Amino acid sequence: MRKSKLVMVGNGMAGVRTLEELLKLAPDLYDITVFGAEPHANYNRILLSPVLAGEMTLKDIMLNDVDWYASHGIRLHLNKKVVKIDRKARKVVAADGTEASYDRLLLATGSNPVMLPIPGRDLDGVLSYRDIADTESMISASATRRRAVVIGGGLLGLEAANGLALRGMEVTVVHLMPWLMERQLDRTAAGMLQASLEQKGLTFLLGRETAEILGDGGKVAGVRFKDGETVPAELVVMAIGIRPNVELAQSAGLHCNRGIVVNDTMQTFDPAVYAVGECVAHRGLTYGLVAPLFEMAKVCANHLAHYGIGRYAGSVTSTKLKVTGIDVFSAGDFGGGEDSEEIVLHDAVGGVYKRLVLRNDRIIGAVMVGDTGDGAWYFQLMRDRQNVADVRDHLMFGQAHLGNTGHQGQSKAAAMPDDMEVCGCNGVAKGTITRAIKEKGLFTLEDVRKHTKASGSCGSCTGLVEQILASTVGGAYTPQANAAKPMCGCTDHTHEEVRRAIREQKLLTIPQTMRFMGWRTPNGCASCRPALNYYLISTWPHEAQDDPQSRFINERAHANIQKDGTFSVVPRMFGGVTSADQLRRIADVADKYRIPTVKVTGGQRIDLLGVKKEDLPRVWADLDMPSGHAYAKALRTVKTCVGSEWCRFGVQDSTRLGIDLEQAFWKMYAPHKVKMAVSGCPRNCAESGIKDVGVIGVDSGWEIYVGGNGGIKTEVAHFLVKVKSADEVLEHAGAFIQLYREEARYLDRTVHYLARVGLDYVKKRVVEDADNRRALYERLLYALQGEKDPWKEQIRGEAAREFEALSA
Amino acid sequence: MNLTDAKQTGQWRKVCRVDDIPALGARVVHSQDVRIAVFRGDGDAVFALEDRCPHKGGPLSQGIVFGTQVSCPLHGWLVGLHDGEAVSPDRGCVRRFAVRVENGEVFLQL
Repeated sequence: MRKSKLVMVGNGMAGVRTLEELLKLAPDLYDITVFGAEPHANYNRILLSPVLAGEMTLKDIMLNDVDWYASHGIRLHLNKKVVKIDRKARKVVAADGTEASYDRLLLATGSNPVMLPIPGRDLDGVLSYRDIADTESMISASATRRRAVVIGGGLLGLEAANGLALRGMEVTVVHLMPWLMERQLDRTAAGMLQASLEQKGLTFLLGRETAEILGDGGKVAGVRFKDGETVPAELVVMAIGIRPNVELAQSAGLHCNRGIVVNDTMQTFDPAVYAVGECVAHRGLTYGLVAPLFEMAKVCANHLAHYGIGRYAGSVTSTKLKVTGIDVFSAGDFGGGEDSEEIVLHDAVGGVYKRLVLRNDRIIGAVMVGDTGDGAWYFQLMRDRQNVADVRDHLMFGQAHLGNTGHQGQSKAAAMPDDMEVCGCNGVAKGTITRAIKEKGLFTLEDVRKHTKASGSCGSCTGLVEQILASTVGGAYTPQANAAKPMCGCTDHTHEEVRRAIREQKLLTIPQTMRFMGWRTPNGCASCRPALNYYLISTWPHEAQDDPQSRFINERAHANIQKDGTFSVVPRMFGGVTSADQLRRIADVADKYRIPTVKVTGGQRIDLLGVKKEDLPRVWADLDMPSGHAYAKALRTVKTCVGSEWCRFGVQDSTRLGIDLEQAFWKMYAPHKVKMAVSGCPRNCAESGIKDVGVIGVDSGWEIYVGGNGGIKTEVAHFLVKVKSADEVLEHAGAFIQLYREEARYLDRTVHYLARVGLDYVKKRVVEDADNRRALYERLLYALQGEKDPWKEQIRGEAAREFEALSA
Repeated sequence: MNLTDAKQTGQWRKVCRVDDIPALGARVVHSQDVRIAVFRGDGDAVFALEDRCPHKGGPLSQGIVFGTQVSCPLHGWLVGLHDGEAVSPDRGCVRRFAVRVENGEVFLQL
């Protein structure tokens, strides 16, 4: 069969990203030809500023070299500008006469710098700031010329000015508006930015309209403003903005307004012609930051690959200035409006300014100077349209870093030296991360995790890594809206969409689900299969097929794998209560199987470490105790204090209630591990405040707290309700856990689930609506009915294979 | 029949039947001083690697198998079943063993 022909015009970041995404989905679908007007292969345009500033070299910023094109069989025409599209004959023609015919055409022509139509614009020494050639001209000019004027006090202009100053030039920034970066910053923030740039040696002339560029013998000599004032200069850089490059599309009769008009599938008015990047106008908007361009690329590739399920719905963008040592962040609508409210923190001496704009309890804009550490968090809240009413009183102080461990309490990435450890799990220093981002051309958190392992294990340093990413790539970095995050690389569907399909279509097996949802991989990956397995068995208990090969080894072997490949065994001790008989059996097992380590756990149980896998079934049989599920995403332990039976302060029988809770809910699988605790008085010796469900006895009943966490990030549980009887505790706790089981994403703890849906929602479903509470509780009891203890199962036949080695 | 190009010259030894290995799963084979992980893909394709992740020596046989890769149970490295190579950007390689399947029986060259 003849391959379809895909021709791409424009060889920049948006277009090449589209090809990369396309090759991932359908590597052999197209015969691809690329035309690029520049002599270079694909480079990272957003890193031109560090090149100008002398912090990086051109070699560092190449994303795809010519070998990349060759290795994917892509015909690459560099230095060839396409001048004509013949839509009837379906071919494009370059200035040198090169032709290429297409079945699908992809326009990624980018944008052009706007040049002021003033006298003197053609003089030697007048430059724009857009590509490698401009950057190289500026670098060579800085070697021989002394004074520079940069026209334009926006993002690009300031980065250019900073770069030229670092190369030793005296730089004046001229700006038409009364303050800098007026589209991203308010007056206060811009004033602070200006002051810190002045400290770096830049001079500013605001509110000046340039009338003419003065020359001397064909070379630039200065700039004259409308009011007659002049400034001497040997180099003038115009950085007043960019304009989508629509000339080619327009000449081919494609509908254009501010850009090439595309629909949500990135098609132009000619269905055979797609367009992505800075050249397009989508829903009336054009974009100049790289994050939206990559979102477009993904959608476009999806349609070119004939999958046809992606839609681009526009982007919310954020801006971060890439000037070393200056922290400025801006996102969304910071102008507000009548129905908006503001929260402002301004420490003029300390150099910190933060302004949040809210509407209907949601963040709609943010401007920050000096301390931008929480920019990524605010931006995430904004993109997720998260209701912030609950956290409003401490919103300004940023995300609670309380209890975040592993990086010496640091929460501000900018303040960290390069050799400081960011990720305590994998030993990754800040410098390693910035280097990888620059050298490997990384743009997303996932990329950084893959390449450096930073934040890839426990995840507690994720915020720091995001900050480093944001300050290294500037506005290019956009955290993905949580609501739209696909489950994994095998699908574009979100967790919620998959769960809904399983429920509504009554899907009962993993292959069935993958077929129905159009999985791209034949049998998923190590990330989606365990999630799917959990969604199936939790949605259709007793009916869905549990697939052991889709569970992590711990749940397959019912024991915890250790670093040397042996396992650990934790028998269940309900409520932390044991007996001489149990302890004797544990001691005998430790002797008989030569178990090297016996340790008391944090959950009031005993851990036998270093058990060989082959020995597991016999160890369980000899112990003759229930499984502690210490290895599973399931109910772990219910920690208790001594309570009123012995303690002179105890007001309730916490031990009894702990045992009852554990006996009611053990064997319960969940999206992640679930820990509970019961304390017999407010002294709270069982640490109920940091458990998924924590119960505290008071004289008149029991208080129930939910969503606490004592692990990676210490999180204090929220008060849910106070009840009178132990039966009510069981019903409320069970209903809350069932709600979590039904709605949380796999591997989200209750704290993450609560953060997403809000405590109010949970109260409505569990506390206020008694019928719903009972229904939830009934569903949990039904799911647990007849659930077997895996250690008591007779391990034989196929199940025995798991534990038997072969020999040869 | 499934023959990899591994350069072993030893004896072919029968280890089990294909059906003794769960689909998308693995079995461990002890052979003298080496522990071998014998994997089965979605169908009847069988692969054999030394049971040691190139990263920190994790038992690959205990990982989740998908496509033609296995995810190490200790730290999630991905290793190709065909070639024993760690999937980029991780780098490392684990020893392969030649596999032959005949009449539903699995032979390893050891």
